[in-house]
Amino acid sequence: MTERMTGAQSLVRALEHMDVDTVFGIPGGAILPAYDPLYDSTKVRHVLVRHEQGAGHAAEGYAQATGRVGVCMATSGPGATNLVTPIADAYMDSVPIVAITGQVASGSIGTDAFQEADISGITMPITKHNFLITDPADIPRTIMEAFHIASTGRPGPVLVDISKDALQAETTFTWPPTMQLPGYRPVTRPHSKQIREAAKLIAEARRPVLYVGGGVHKAGASAELLELAELTNIPVVTTLMARGTFPDSHPQHMGMPGMHGSVSAVGALQQSDLIVGLGVRFDDRVTGQLSSFAPRAKIVHADIDPAEISKNRHADVPIVGDCKEVISDLVSTIQTSGERGDYADWWTVLNGYKATYPLGYDTFEDGSLAPQYVMERLSAIAGPDAYYVAGVGQHQMWASQFIGYEKPGTFINSGGLGTMGFAVPAAMGAKMGRPDATVWAIDGDGCFQMTNQELATCAIEGVPVKIAVINNGNLGMVRQWQALFYDERYSNTDLQTTRRIPDFVKLAEAYGCVGLRCERPEDVDATIEKAMEINDVPVVVDFVVHQDAMVWPMVAAGTSNDDIKIARDMAPKWENEDD
Amino acid sequence: MTRHTLSVLVENKPGVLARVSALFSRRGFNIDSLAVGPTEHDDISRMTIVVSVEELPLEQVTKQLNKLVNVLKIVELDTSQSVQRELMLIKVKADADSRSHVLELVQLFRARCIDVAADAVTIEVTGTTDKLEAFVKVLEPFGIKELVQSGMVAIGRGARSITDRSLRALDRTA
Repeated sequence: MTERMTGAQSLVRALEHMDVDTVFGIPGGAILPAYDPLYDSTKVRHVLVRHEQGAGHAAEGYAQATGRVGVCMATSGPGATNLVTPIADAYMDSVPIVAITGQVASGSIGTDAFQEADISGITMPITKHNFLITDPADIPRTIMEAFHIASTGRPGPVLVDISKDALQAETTFTWPPTMQLPGYRPVTRPHSKQIREAAKLIAEARRPVLYVGGGVHKAGASAELLELAELTNIPVVTTLMARGTFPDSHPQHMGMPGMHGSVSAVGALQQSDLIVGLGVRFDDRVTGQLSSFAPRAKIVHADIDPAEISKNRHADVPIVGDCKEVISDLVSTIQTSGERGDYADWWTVLNGYKATYPLGYDTFEDGSLAPQYVMERLSAIAGPDAYYVAGVGQHQMWASQFIGYEKPGTFINSGGLGTMGFAVPAAMGAKMGRPDATVWAIDGDGCFQMTNQELATCAIEGVPVKIAVINNGNLGMVRQWQALFYDERYSNTDLQTTRRIPDFVKLAEAYGCVGLRCERPEDVDATIEKAMEINDVPVVVDFVVHQDAMVWPMVAAGTSNDDIKIARDMAPKWENEDD
Repeated sequence: MTRHTLSVLVENKPGVLARVSALFSRRGFNIDSLAVGPTEHDDISRMTIVVSVEELPLEQVTKQLNKLVNVLKIVELDTSQSVQRELMLIKVKADADSRSHVLELVQLFRARCIDVAADAVTIEVTGTTDKLEAFVKVLEPFGIKELVQSGMVAIGRGARSITDRSLRALDRTA
């Protein structure tokens, strides 16, 4: 198919051919030519956000809820630089998004022109790849390449910067274009020798653990994981990025590992003699002090990104491949060999941890609200079919700990970058990708004030998300560290939002949303149920909670996982590790 | 720390050098020397990068480099299985009295005199790092006025070519 048109028309046409149905963005000078044909597109819906950061996080939420590539658009200079945070976020969490930015006319590039910023230079270290287009003939091919790179291999953000004159010029649109990516060849098929080696270690192990990360969900391998776990009877831990990839309710599930992981998950890793890491990166928030992480464990490490393997912890058996293929190959190899390990003693130890150190929390005698209780009730009422989208901080950890995840991808949050302000726009994107699902954003009062302008977008575009603001009046996680490590000197963490500045209920109403407030445990169910009944406009619930609630368990930063505390100055008693 | 010589074949596109050098700096690896130039194929440039790292971080460097979309191939060149050369231009003080001494050294090192002035000569010399260092040392007593040096370029010994396979990959997508 060949047709004469402008670069801008060719961009919109290429997006249509890539089956893009939603683009989040804000127009401006340099990208303006693209917005004219976009106005006529019947296939691509453009969602006018209130801040480009919102566009980027919305694209991430959309991508994570649908498994498709999320798309955001901004103009040159400040429009593009406002996308930097979500692009960095998508890079850290391997979220497939394509960011399209306008650039000043090619003749002006390098002259410090109005609204000029070298966004391809700026985003070089935080994109999987980026492009600068100055020739309109390159637009269709580059768009196809951008989507291909973003969505294949280890997914990630790709930025396409297009000069204004390239958008305005006449060109010939041809589809499909031929991609020219000779240096891009992700490996998805695992090596069979490595699979056999891993199966052998599994059969020989006495204390194995499946350490499951975001890569397993991204590979769509939850069913295969369940099969592998049940076939081998190996305990499973799911990282923050993998919550729901293995059902929380499954007896083999040990919980989340890491800084705020459960004793059973952290203990399982520390005392294991074999860790089978699947789609994980041995992140510092999981390993704690690296030198004392799982000291007796051999490591099988499978990931689609070869650079992750042996980056932090040496892998005895490295496997490069897509987790779906890795896990199904492991299943068939183990089934064929018929060899099984005997983990009965291991299960006695682990079930002991689970029984002795379940997740728990303190309630407050003054009748004020414990944030963890809000999570438990949300989980019970909204159920496992809902999507939960968290910001970053205490509320995020409670959302991970106290909501029961049964389905892959139902917990969306900012893991690697830890971006406060992620929840509201990401929930908006998730809801647009999954309009039939209930989407609850769980946000802190600090996070919420960073991006709540997107409530306007939600209200106007008809995106009825529900937002639980866990309002403790503070930057809670920072306050917790100040309480534990800075002698309770609360420097600049008191937001005083419990004084109702701002009043979140009024703020919600000002944005055309319903605002509700809940301050006592006995009102929690009724408030959540009321929010669940409202499906035509967004709902914001101000859950005013006690400011002294803390996230436990905790492994203090830089210390060993062995020194996990279940409450202040309270350590679990480990079983004798030598049987 | 050991020195490693990496030959990196990259697509000949704008910004590729920036991508490669930025990757080294953000991952905390120091480049001892870097040379980049065209190859026998118009679409491919070749970088020769010398880094001082241990074996394990080197593996990270090559894996991270391989993730760059514009990088086609990385080969570590073993010192004994390859030829390495650097180019140096040196301007040395040389008047009527000392000129013959300098030119004698130029001969000894199989260097070339490429410019002569009344009180200075400019010399071109190629060789390994060791040879160039030795040459500079013997010239120092005369007074070195200016010195410029290229990064190292290296090529494997024998008939095999590291570009062959990469060319085929490039042809497939063309």
